[in-house]
Amino acid sequence: MKPKFGVVVFPGSNCDHDAYYATKKVLGYEAEFLWHKEPDLKGSDVIVLPGGFSYGDYLRSGAIARFSPVIEEVVNFANKGGIVIGICNGFQILLEAGLLPGAMRHNESLKFICKDSFLKVENKNTRFSSEITKDVIRVPVAHGEGNYFTDENTLKDLEANSQVVFRYTSPDGDTSLEHNINGSVNNIAGITNKQGNVLGMMPHPERCVDPVLRNDDGAGVFKSIVKSLVN
Amino acid sequence: MYKATVIIKRRPSILDPQGKAVEKGAQLLGFNNVSGTRIGKYIEFFVNTDDENSATEEVKKYSEKLLANPIMEDFEYSLEKVS
Repeated sequence: MKPKFGVVVFPGSNCDHDAYYATKKVLGYEAEFLWHKEPDLKGSDVIVLPGGFSYGDYLRSGAIARFSPVIEEVVNFANKGGIVIGICNGFQILLEAGLLPGAMRHNESLKFICKDSFLKVENKNTRFSSEITKDVIRVPVAHGEGNYFTDENTLKDLEANSQVVFRYTSPDGDTSLEHNINGSVNNIAGITNKQGNVLGMMPHPERCVDPVLRNDDGAGVFKSIVKSLVN
Repeated sequence: MYKATVIIKRRPSILDPQGKAVEKGAQLLGFNNVSGTRIGKYIEFFVNTDDENSATEEVKKYSEKLLANPIMEDFEYSLEKVS
């Protein structure tokens, strides 16, 4: 079975081609673009909400994209257990759509951060991380609003259920506050929903899949997804 | 018809980095008495109805569903009858 990744394209998406390239050209899976106006997932096994600036980030990041016709289908798909991964702007859309808890604030520094980040893989027992071999991976971030926030009770729930998959860290796995690049509560870089079929993460695994770029730490995320589908 | 104005503010418990940065600028300019700067949004629009109750309903729903993010923002609104 060759799993099919459906990459949603919004006006303002700019990592849609990266996701397509990573999944289809590098990893050899099927991939197809899904135009946001068409409520049709075209038989995709996995939905990717890519990074970018959907609708110019007007009002709040992801606030308008969340009402796109395709999102209604994505929500139905996720509620039936379908695998959805939201990267960067895609994570923001998942929060606005209510598929994941919490909200994004501007980075604490108020600066747009564009650099490699180190992520501690906190939970390798998920459909998005089981094939990641390293304990700390290097994945680029590029965002202005990645400062994750949620209320204390939700945060406790997230931690208690091991829904925090990735945390900002030093290269050797130190997750103290000084390695928190954007101010997110508990250094959170990526979380899943309770059921474990929806992942949102601010860093961009699709940008580090091709070994030609001398970093393929992101490949494990996509390989994990595929492994969980095949099993 | 009614004209609605909606003001969206971050909850007081939530850090506002933008307000903090602006306040640093204020201090550089010598506004030493300024404190607690917080930045929100001001939104205005018309509601095409002459019934105040349904206008209120519409403004509330619009604000809750789209304009404000209830996880970290509160909103206030006012309505003004226009011809």
